[in-house]
Amino acid sequence: MSDRLPGFSTLAVHAGAQPDPTTGARATPIYQTTSFVFNDADHAASLFGLQAFGNIYTRIGNPTNAVLEERVAALEGGTAALAVASGHAAQVVVLQQLLQPGDEFIAARKLYGGSINQFTHAFKSFGWNVVWADPDDIASFERAVTPRTKAIFIESIANPAGSITDIEAISTVARKAGVPLIVDNTLASPYLIRPIDHGADIVVHSLTKFLGGHGNSLGGIIVDAGTFDWSTGGKYPMLSEPRPEYHGIRLQETFGNFAFAIACRVLGLRDLGPALSPFNAFMILTGIETLPLRMQKHCDNAKAIAEFLAGHPAVASVSYAGLANDKYNQLARKYAPKGAGAVFTFSLKGGYDAGVSLVSKLQLFSHLANVGDTRSLVIHPASTTHSQLDDAAKIKSGAGPDVVRLSIGIEDKEDLIADLEQALGA
Amino acid sequence: MNHDAYPDNYIRGILNSVKSIAMVGASPVNVRPSYFAFKYLAQRGYDMIPVNPGHVGKELLGKPFVASLRDIGRPIDMIDIFRNSSHIMPVVEEALALDPLPKVIWMQLGARDDAAAEKAEAAGIKVVMNRCPKIEYGRLSSEISWMGVNSRTLSSKRPPAPTQGMRLSLNRMSVGGGDTAASDRAAKNKSEQG
Repeated sequence: MSDRLPGFSTLAVHAGAQPDPTTGARATPIYQTTSFVFNDADHAASLFGLQAFGNIYTRIGNPTNAVLEERVAALEGGTAALAVASGHAAQVVVLQQLLQPGDEFIAARKLYGGSINQFTHAFKSFGWNVVWADPDDIASFERAVTPRTKAIFIESIANPAGSITDIEAISTVARKAGVPLIVDNTLASPYLIRPIDHGADIVVHSLTKFLGGHGNSLGGIIVDAGTFDWSTGGKYPMLSEPRPEYHGIRLQETFGNFAFAIACRVLGLRDLGPALSPFNAFMILTGIETLPLRMQKHCDNAKAIAEFLAGHPAVASVSYAGLANDKYNQLARKYAPKGAGAVFTFSLKGGYDAGVSLVSKLQLFSHLANVGDTRSLVIHPASTTHSQLDDAAKIKSGAGPDVVRLSIGIEDKEDLIADLEQALGA
Repeated sequence: MNHDAYPDNYIRGILNSVKSIAMVGASPVNVRPSYFAFKYLAQRGYDMIPVNPGHVGKELLGKPFVASLRDIGRPIDMIDIFRNSSHIMPVVEEALALDPLPKVIWMQLGARDDAAAEKAEAAGIKVVMNRCPKIEYGRLSSEISWMGVNSRTLSSKRPPAPTQGMRLSLNRMSVGGGDTAASDRAAKNKSEQG
């Protein structure tokens, strides 16, 4: 037994999975069952008390989902993970462990429009107050810190314009404030960026995007970096105080550096209920096996298409961090040297009408509200994903009326360029 | 030994070789971590001895409590200390007075006393600090994977279905890409600050 270290692609195929003990099945079986039989009353009590390893009920854990969890934890370099029904569910479950009503969290202004809505409206109704900061101005995060701040939330590669966030600089602010840094790593995937290596304490994903990668299954995941000390000052009672739900155990004391993932499972998922279907977990696991191959192709295609658009007379500007003259190119070289992702925006000289016309003429690009599919996708954020924001907020989040967002797939890039050319040309 | 980050082979070697474990601070209260760590290690085949002067005369899962390490009266391979950091040194001193010496002194999750570790190591005893043997056994066997924990191991071998009382193989390949270097760094920073 040597401690030789396998690479990312080996982990993408193997981590968390082993042949099924009962049947020898090599692919991870879909354990499509709600519940698991106990050995006896003592075994049942031990499982319910979090004292023994084993399965109870699929809302709390499932063997197919567990393989997915360990695999993503391994790819991100975390101590443990919890899979849930969607990326949005991951965000609710994470913040439920950290915030009490009346508390605050600081969030980067450049986020997926759905997250902006969730934070602004749904979370406000729970008494969790979002305070916005500008990821291009690190000092704005420092200024936003108050005694009620419990977390900082950013995206590694930010939707919709593919801008790159300076994770290390913001992690320094978080450490100084004594709060965890949560990084949504959906658009990068761990193949491009591993936020934990740059100071993140918690990583969340919409598995629906590049990790699953085929546009067929929703899912979300929470990865615990194992880096944050939850015990200080009673600031995070879900982790540091005796839990009445579990005979007074303290999660940090009992589970050490994966206590946050356990809290998300036994206090979040168990009680809020957004469990991931084992079938979806299986589909996403299959997708992850080819993540390194797909992600590189996504990035290589995206760079070629961004370069084509930057040289096209109908295009006013392209926002892609992989372009040498882009505002975020330095950060892209530092954080994502293999590629700057495959989601970016551009604006048309013809404004809103030209955007609508482009979308209607494209033949290969699909007009829909998702990213990170094998297929190339196009959307006009101002009228869709970011439509609930007011005009000023749209522009601040990079989704002005003239902006078109692309998610580049893994087709042949020549065909994608030809499609854009015909749609822009006429 | 670098006590900020243990190689898997070090932990694996300890858990594969020790047979008897005296647990100092074992609790008969079935919701305390020491109780269920004791129970798990007993189920996995270790010869467990509960040490707690407050419970002499009682039993823990059929094993009689003893008041101190001296009272065990036979050689023991490992001492697992379920006390917080400020109570470690006297236990290590007591262990160093045993004949024969134990092979391993293990301090539980959250417990760390570098001076005590140095003393024990000077006497040739292997030391583990701020870890739980139940978690490490579960991790190296991958039994812990059911709760989404990164076992940091890989295997293409078909495992046996675990049953009560079965010893599990800990000899899976350890991995690096999924390592917890970040949390080890954080633990180190914390211990330096403290």
